[in-house]
Amino acid sequence: MVSAKYESVIGMEVHIELDTKSKMFCSCPSEHFGKPPNSQVCPVCLGLPGALPVPNIEAIKKTQLIGLALGCKLRDFSKFDRKNYFYPDIPKGYQISQYDMPFCYEGKLDYLTEFQVKKMVRVRRVHMEEDTAKMIHIDGASLIDFNRSGVPLVEIVSEPDIHDSQDLRDYLKALIRVIRHLDLSSCDMEKGTLRLEANVSVRKVGSNDLPKYKVEIKNVNSFRYIAHAIDYEFSRQIEILERGETPLQETRGFDENRGVTVSQRVKEEANDYRYFPEPDIPPSRFPEGYVETLRKQISQLPQQAAERLKLQYNFSDHYVNVLTNSPEVLMKFDRLVASGSTHDVSPDEIANAIVNRRVDISLPVEQIIQKFVSAKVTTVTTLDISTHIKEVINENPKAIEDYKKGKKGAIEFLVGRLMAKLKGRMDPVSARKILEQTLQDK
Amino acid sequence: MKKVTQNSINEIHEGYKLKKWSVEEITKEYIGRVQKLDPKLKAFLTTAFDEAILKARELDSNLRKDEEVIERKPLFGIPYGAKDLFSTKGVRTTGGAKIIDNYVPPYDATSIVRINEAGGILIGKLNQDAWGHGASGEHSDYFPTHNPWNLDYVPGGSSSGSGAAVAARILPFATATDTAGSARCPASFCGVCGLKPTYGRVSRYGILSMASSLDSIGHITTKVEDSARILSVTAGSDEFDATTTPAAVPKYEEQLTGSIRETKIGIPKEYIDGVTPEVREAIKAAARQLEGIGCKFVEVSLPHTQLAVPVYYIVQPAEVSSNLARFDGNRFGHDRQTFGDEAKRRIMLGTYTLSAGYYDAYYRKAMQVRTLIREDFSKVFSQVDALLGPVMPHTAFKLGEKVSDPLLLYLEDVFTAPINLAGLPALAVPCGFGSGNLPIGMQIIGPQFSEGLLFKIGYSYERVTDWHLQIPPIAQNVYS
Repeated sequence: MVSAKYESVIGMEVHIELDTKSKMFCSCPSEHFGKPPNSQVCPVCLGLPGALPVPNIEAIKKTQLIGLALGCKLRDFSKFDRKNYFYPDIPKGYQISQYDMPFCYEGKLDYLTEFQVKKMVRVRRVHMEEDTAKMIHIDGASLIDFNRSGVPLVEIVSEPDIHDSQDLRDYLKALIRVIRHLDLSSCDMEKGTLRLEANVSVRKVGSNDLPKYKVEIKNVNSFRYIAHAIDYEFSRQIEILERGETPLQETRGFDENRGVTVSQRVKEEANDYRYFPEPDIPPSRFPEGYVETLRKQISQLPQQAAERLKLQYNFSDHYVNVLTNSPEVLMKFDRLVASGSTHDVSPDEIANAIVNRRVDISLPVEQIIQKFVSAKVTTVTTLDISTHIKEVINENPKAIEDYKKGKKGAIEFLVGRLMAKLKGRMDPVSARKILEQTLQDK
Repeated sequence: MKKVTQNSINEIHEGYKLKKWSVEEITKEYIGRVQKLDPKLKAFLTTAFDEAILKARELDSNLRKDEEVIERKPLFGIPYGAKDLFSTKGVRTTGGAKIIDNYVPPYDATSIVRINEAGGILIGKLNQDAWGHGASGEHSDYFPTHNPWNLDYVPGGSSSGSGAAVAARILPFATATDTAGSARCPASFCGVCGLKPTYGRVSRYGILSMASSLDSIGHITTKVEDSARILSVTAGSDEFDATTTPAAVPKYEEQLTGSIRETKIGIPKEYIDGVTPEVREAIKAAARQLEGIGCKFVEVSLPHTQLAVPVYYIVQPAEVSSNLARFDGNRFGHDRQTFGDEAKRRIMLGTYTLSAGYYDAYYRKAMQVRTLIREDFSKVFSQVDALLGPVMPHTAFKLGEKVSDPLLLYLEDVFTAPINLAGLPALAVPCGFGSGNLPIGMQIIGPQFSEGLLFKIGYSYERVTDWHLQIPPIAQNVYS
């Protein structure tokens, strides 16, 4: 959505269920997807009278690893707090969370978008809390499954540095990449191990002030829908602002069928959760040297790996981006390079095959290398593409102008020109994507 | 069967060894005493007689196979009662509150597990002020317990059933909790021995939480020796309670007999002012007797004593309001209007003091003053080894006398609350009788983890006095 006058101001709260053996405060298994209801419960996660929480050290460590990967500062003294509120899915009448001393704070995530644009989102805090039980509503009855109760949950709160749905997609992709690289969570929205909440408001372009209201978008269960919700909110809020009014401070959900956001709860004042330090858990102190030990565990992060690939092979940002997209790709690339060196296949060729030819990396290393040896693959480099795009733009001013006026058909013509120059060495879908992005950035 | 006269673990064990009685006979003996006296005392909320007899038979068969089992199991064949805040697997647990009058826990509290493994036989659950809220026993949602020394008087609270039952010799021992005197107050009013261990010494797991940062898990016995023996069983770190400490657990009962010569004991002047003359005299007499066996006495000061009750009534209701939130009637129990008045009062107080805008003025400020109270004690313990003072400012009062005035009842905690706020251990021991033949109790207070020293002082005191041997008239006929 484009508007010259307004921009969105979006802060994200991302909840991630950690991939730990046991729950946050008891020894029940934390993996709960598809398990029979209430089959993984004990007095602690059922909140029975007298049961007490004992924190899971592994979960704390994993939270701190996420914090370090996001460039956060780590506290050497921290604590848990009780967030008091009533809901049938929290059996104790409070949720154990962190209030004023999150394990990690003040970080930032630097990343490249798929079109190699450098971006940065500041991270306000990364803290731990326990997941709630799961409510299932069937035939007018509300059923509660406590298998999920007490599963370790990490909340990553960003500063409002996100300005549109594309920004949001890029940030989330980068964030998930980091967490999957560290093997800390599956980050799977379908399984509920990743949950998103967006705080959206709209302000005039050029203003640096935060709007005085924010709309919270909750309970949206896919990337696509949260992007839609944000686009929808942008128009909705502009309409209200244009009338000279201020949008309501409220929580809204997304109606997937109608493609609109709908009000769920209007906040008249902030909820009073009566936070206070959790007296059942002594504060945590982390000894000197502890953080450094953790830091060593994150050397294979996308950021670090990217620097290595650039230094070692002088790859373009785009190549680096694709190769570091998942730990599997990176590991396979490294093994292919090792094997390729004995078969006269260069790292450049291997990278090309992965980036542009989408070679099936699930095949055994030897088999892939054999393919190189038997038939050298034609490849395009990013340099080729950008040269050709420039040529297409310069040679077709009329079509470019039509496109900018909104004549969407013009793009087909331009893609055709580009494909001709590339002599079929790229698929039309990718060509169109890159072309559109280039034109948008202009 | 010959009669148990001392109500002590040692006496019962000697009888087992000499085959004077079997475990089943002892168990039935105590069940008989309960049946005889409890209709007057009202100390029990739930009984578990059948289960107790089954366990007794099992222990008898163990004993026949292996006589050494008594040496390995310090509480072998000892019947006991548990305060109703202790979760007991398969035995109804209400904490004295009607909102959960149908709750049967699927698990045992850690201390119950440990006592049972050591050979203890649970014969019932004991009355108390609901949730531990009270110093008289009158806030039980069921009925008040009566003081065995005079049935018109309160037994003290909140562990009212524990104090009354042990004093009346219908139980060799009973578990108790102490959040601001709940074990020591009934011990003092009933003339028995009550222990409040160091915070974190005994696991809280499975005991219905009152105020998590203050709750200490103790017990009531007729003798110091038994108290020491039980602590050796219940103390120690627990993987289910993050606030327990890994500090080693000595065999407390083996350290009772050492000399206490040159032990320096302080009497806080704030603990002597504002008590009735008979209580003051009893404490002074106890000091003289301890002096007679070599202790050195000095007067000391704990200047923030008067702030303990106000601080306690901020911190405790705050934690109570949160800890009672889980009783929502969704999965067990009844809805929240079933809470008694005192629980409702504390939920409201705590909800208020934790609210946005009030937190800093109340809770945070109270936590700061709590630090001052703790520092009072650490300063004093650089000068003395232990402290001696009264448990309560007076002897037991009449049932109904203070129940309509919550503030007056809160002031009962003046000498007990500071100890919980500082997380220290204290041992209540009987030290005399006041008018109306009502018992007076003193407390010996020490630095963290000094329970061994407290037992030694208490045990030495018992050697030169006979207050702990006095039996309430109502209980004397159980021996006939």
